[in-house]
Amino acid sequence: MMSERIIRYSIWIYLGIFFAYLLGPLVIMSITAFNSPTFPRATPWECLTFEWFSALFQDQRILNGIKNSIIVGLGTVILSVSMGLAGALMLTQIWPKLRATYYTIIIAPILIPGVVLGISTLVFWDRINRMLGLGADSFLSNGLFLTIIGQSTFIASYCLLVLVARLQRYDLALTEAALDLGASHAQAFRKILLPFMRPAIASAAVLAFLASFENYNTTTFTFGEYPTLTIELAQKVRYGITPAISALAFIIVALTVFFALINESKIKRKEQVMEARKNATVAELSKGVKVPGFLSGNPAAIVLVLFCIGSVAVVGTATAYSPDQCIARVKEQKQIEAEERIKELRRKRDADNLKKFKGVFDPDEISPEEEEAPKQDNNSGFGGVFDPNALSGDDDAQDGSDASGGDESGNNSGFGGVFDPNNLNSD
Amino acid sequence: MSAGVGVDLENLWIRFGDFVAVRDANVHIKGGDFFSFLGPSGCGKTTILRAVSGFLEPSEGNVLIGGNNMKGIGPNKRPTALIFQNLALFPLMKVWENITFSMEIKGASAGERRKRADELLEMIALPDQGDKLPSELSGGQRQRVAIARALCAEPDVLLLDEPLSALDLKLRQHMRTELREIQKRVGITFIYITHDQGEALTMSDDIAVMRAGVIDQIADGKTIYNDPATAFAASFVGENNVFRGKVAKVMGNEVMISTNRSGDLVSRVSTANQGKLNVGDDAMMFIRPEALALAPDGASGDHFVTATVTHEEFEGNVFNIFTEGDGGKEIKVSLPNLGQSFESHTGQPITLEYDSNNAVAVPAGELAAE
Repeated sequence: MMSERIIRYSIWIYLGIFFAYLLGPLVIMSITAFNSPTFPRATPWECLTFEWFSALFQDQRILNGIKNSIIVGLGTVILSVSMGLAGALMLTQIWPKLRATYYTIIIAPILIPGVVLGISTLVFWDRINRMLGLGADSFLSNGLFLTIIGQSTFIASYCLLVLVARLQRYDLALTEAALDLGASHAQAFRKILLPFMRPAIASAAVLAFLASFENYNTTTFTFGEYPTLTIELAQKVRYGITPAISALAFIIVALTVFFALINESKIKRKEQVMEARKNATVAELSKGVKVPGFLSGNPAAIVLVLFCIGSVAVVGTATAYSPDQCIARVKEQKQIEAEERIKELRRKRDADNLKKFKGVFDPDEISPEEEEAPKQDNNSGFGGVFDPNALSGDDDAQDGSDASGGDESGNNSGFGGVFDPNNLNSD
Repeated sequence: MSAGVGVDLENLWIRFGDFVAVRDANVHIKGGDFFSFLGPSGCGKTTILRAVSGFLEPSEGNVLIGGNNMKGIGPNKRPTALIFQNLALFPLMKVWENITFSMEIKGASAGERRKRADELLEMIALPDQGDKLPSELSGGQRQRVAIARALCAEPDVLLLDEPLSALDLKLRQHMRTELREIQKRVGITFIYITHDQGEALTMSDDIAVMRAGVIDQIADGKTIYNDPATAFAASFVGENNVFRGKVAKVMGNEVMISTNRSGDLVSRVSTANQGKLNVGDDAMMFIRPEALALAPDGASGDHFVTATVTHEEFEGNVFNIFTEGDGGKEIKVSLPNLGQSFESHTGQPITLEYDSNNAVAVPAGELAAE
């Protein structure tokens, strides 16, 4: 009895930890997108703001990255799904003895690191480009082309895996039946096999798009003049990030949830229609089967509708809401706090100084000390080596010495004017 | 009934690597006939069907449909339609779309197709079922849809690959009559593949009995049943009692066989083997269970068999008596149930009688597996 309860509690605790681990970062990131500090942080909460969304949509580099990512994604979907389908069909047609070998070869790109694929794509197409005698601005060295080709090398293998799973359930007799009824091979493919494969093709396409969208390590070698979103984000992070990136993440999370809900409610809907068809009479079938309403018995659809209402409400609030007042107040408060802190520090220092130098020196005598002054400029361990002014200062000094040296002897060579042409003349 | 289009197989050989699936088949199928290939599974009958429909190129020999050599012509260009063993209805299409697939290929309009589908659905007695999916039909209904789909293509030859094997017994018997009726109505040539001799006998005009890639006999059902050409045909089609022995005497169309266990018995020689059985040859003699009758005790001669009864069973229309037989096989006697009383003979010796016209002798050969 007791141990059962413990088990039940520990399962709940485990689930809590598990979901916190999975979803926690996303939740924190989403919160930072709505907080006003310029560095993404969830605490302390300052002001609700939507400015990071507008900052995001004003960032041309991010927008350009998204655009490139979508172009690359669509290209990769088309190329990978068709290559994957061709590979999967080949797998069912190939001589059985070769099948295992063929499978290994065609799956291998998944096991090869993306970095290697990126470099090899770049090198390979560069060679081709040169062999054909084309310039650096040719289509074959175009960043979009290379990225699509490079990503497809391994994404096609993922697609193949998805498609093969469906294809294994295909009855070859269906194609034969179509041929027997007079269809050409192309017609049998288009009218029988392709409709059968459609669900798997859709999954493969989604998978390919997501894999392409999030790819970094292959793309980093091939993007050329078309940086994708991941490339742009990586470059941005090097200069410090703003909550605009959190805003982007939030949008992506929201879109994911949105499409997942649509998918879920569609599946449920299909089940309901099948159920209704099963119970329908012949007359109902020809007239159109009565199915329950869209929302009835479909929790995913209900959540979807709530989600849409929520989004509309948030967007509506965002256009009407202005955080300026709050931000001004926070700023003011911060200023007051800062001043307070400065005052505090000053008071502390005064107190310290008073303690240290009491009666020995006048505190004012110590601050104008000449030799201590340069150390205050520079607190680096390298003692001004990296100070940009150090270099120019040196230059100035050299210029000065050159000018003065001319006055002294006109020659600073070790040979003491032996090779000075002026000396010859004077002789 | 129209003449229909005939099918000829000329010296047909089909090999898969070293394996010979079909060995020198020569068959002439008359136009408008219901022709069956009958044989145990793995005998090459489906292979022949695939060669006729065009999914398989013969290794040697020719397939002629309506006198035209089909060499190099693909399945979609042949005037044949095949009904697959698993029916192969398109699962994502509605019934009417399935039926009129051949019209869709040719670009017929939806209205036209719908009209034709309704006609065909009427013919196969499934009116108003056009909007269902194949998965929503019962086995027998699916069967009929497959037939309608094949007929919609207006083939000259309809090929059926054991289409009834998935149905239960009642339905199978019903579909037999239905298939035969459809064939008579449309008047085209049907080529039917089966391992069920009942199906072959009830439906076919002619039957080819196949064994391990070889066609043993081509004849109508009655001939095959009553006058088998080989030991295999005799033992595969219907039940038969076998008696092994050597030919002792040849008397015109009859022979005396000295059997291993039942002494000298007289038998008619099957038509295909007349003149081929000589004295001293190994031979087999077959007597159907229903051709045997109880004889008075003590009767003896060249058409009497004595044996000890092992067990008996009552089957309704017949009363079966099993006795010890030759080489591990028992002799079965089926007495028609005409309301008479049967007294049990279990454990007792009995004498059986037959008419030499109802016994048939063939050269010794391979028997069908039980």
